[in-house]
Amino acid sequence: MILIHCPYCEEDRPEVEFTYGGEAHIARPLDPGALDDRQWETYLYIRRNPRGAHAERWRHAHGCARFFNAVRDTVTDRFEVTYKTGEPRPAGDTK
Amino acid sequence: MKRFSGLNLFAEAFNGHKGWPEHWPDKAPKAAYDVIIIGAGGHGLGAAFYLAAKYGITNVCVIEKGWLGGGNAGRNTTIIRSNYLYDESAHLYDHAVKLWDGLSQELNYNVMYSKRGVLMLAHNVHDIQSFKRHIHANRLNGVDNEWLSTEACKAYCPPLDISPNARHPVLGGALQRRGGTARHDSVAWGYARGAVARGVDIIQNCAVTGIRRGPDGAVIGVETEKGFIGAKKIGVSAAGSTSLVMRMAGLDFPLESYPLQALVSEPVKPIFPCVVMSNTVHAYISQSDKGELVIGAGTDAYVSYSQRGALHIIEHTLAAICEIFPIFTRMRMLRTWGGIVDVTPDRSPILAKTPVPGLYVNCGWGTGGFKATPGAADLLAHTIAHDAPHAINAPFNLDRFRNGRLIDEAAAAAVAH
Repeated sequence: MILIHCPYCEEDRPEVEFTYGGEAHIARPLDPGALDDRQWETYLYIRRNPRGAHAERWRHAHGCARFFNAVRDTVTDRFEVTYKTGEPRPAGDTK
Repeated sequence: MKRFSGLNLFAEAFNGHKGWPEHWPDKAPKAAYDVIIIGAGGHGLGAAFYLAAKYGITNVCVIEKGWLGGGNAGRNTTIIRSNYLYDESAHLYDHAVKLWDGLSQELNYNVMYSKRGVLMLAHNVHDIQSFKRHIHANRLNGVDNEWLSTEACKAYCPPLDISPNARHPVLGGALQRRGGTARHDSVAWGYARGAVARGVDIIQNCAVTGIRRGPDGAVIGVETEKGFIGAKKIGVSAAGSTSLVMRMAGLDFPLESYPLQALVSEPVKPIFPCVVMSNTVHAYISQSDKGELVIGAGTDAYVSYSQRGALHIIEHTLAAICEIFPIFTRMRMLRTWGGIVDVTPDRSPILAKTPVPGLYVNCGWGTGGFKATPGAADLLAHTIAHDAPHAINAPFNLDRFRNGRLIDEAAAAAVAH
């Protein structure tokens, strides 16, 4: 069982308290009507799916119930850092 | 290739069985091939086999990062069925089931396809309605599927607990009698042996590190750990690693890779005569010919390449199995493992040409790739040989994520994803 650090509760809690929310930092288009089909495809369906550091959303569903972001290595499943929603992705994790 | 036959077996018995040739001797790659297949799993090896056997293209090389059949071909729960709701899916998966029939004879290799039936349990009113809809849709598509009453389910699968007080009461089930299991390793080995006998080279332990494209954008070959290998056409059949391979060609794909876990028990005497799936409680189970109970469920929650998953997923699966089959509560589990499955947004595969000329892809099978092995292999070979998809795989293109014509089996699949 993975322990995940909730940046709001500031505690390491077991994985079963959390739900996964997919790739992070995918911004909803400000003017959806202006997008063409290719841009919609990218926004809705294209994902980085990297082998290595992955910025992703998690929700502390059985705790504070808030969404936050994390950078996790997809080969080792090790969490490198978790940070609050709205904060930028930490530098140095862009491999 | 020396054929397996009663006569040859008898003759070899006098020879200490020293006359059998190596199935797939190690080869150094040639400078160039007509077609390169990336990924030596069942799908990739099968595509090489059909390219040689059916479409007359024998100058083919299969390149594999690890060892032959060591990815998802060796990590699945070997279930075969074609009871999908939508026309496109039913045609695709039934094409595979038709090829499973007779595959052992075609390959001269026993893939142990056993039509023991796949029984899907209904635990609530929604299940009953949904399964009956599936049954009617399947029948219209020529796919066998029938409704069994609770008692008929018990007669078909005696270990089932059908007591009305059960935690998950059995209200009936949908049975596909042509469904069943096959020996997963044999499928990869049989295709590899058949392909090599027809002139295909298999290069193992050789990761592809790049896809080289010419000035016109078309592929001209692959960079590998053993150097550059030229090819006019490249077929990618790399399952969970497809995103990474396609990025080498400059393509971003609508895929995410998740671990899918499975586990087997200690081997016991034959007790479980069929495959049982329960979508509502999310578990499936069968018994291998070796005697192990083979158990699986849904994917883990998050994107990962770790080939292992979380324990609480397995716990959930086994809790469901123990509720439906109390007889198994004291069984010991022997091994668990995970495979990395590539999942598309609509949970249907992509078997198509790509925007890069000469590059073809077979991916996105998610949690259900094994059952499709012969069909996917044949259709990938067809698509490569003709530079155009077959009518069966034409709907499974990349354009659907742009034009919105999704094949949304995520909501309609016979098992929840």
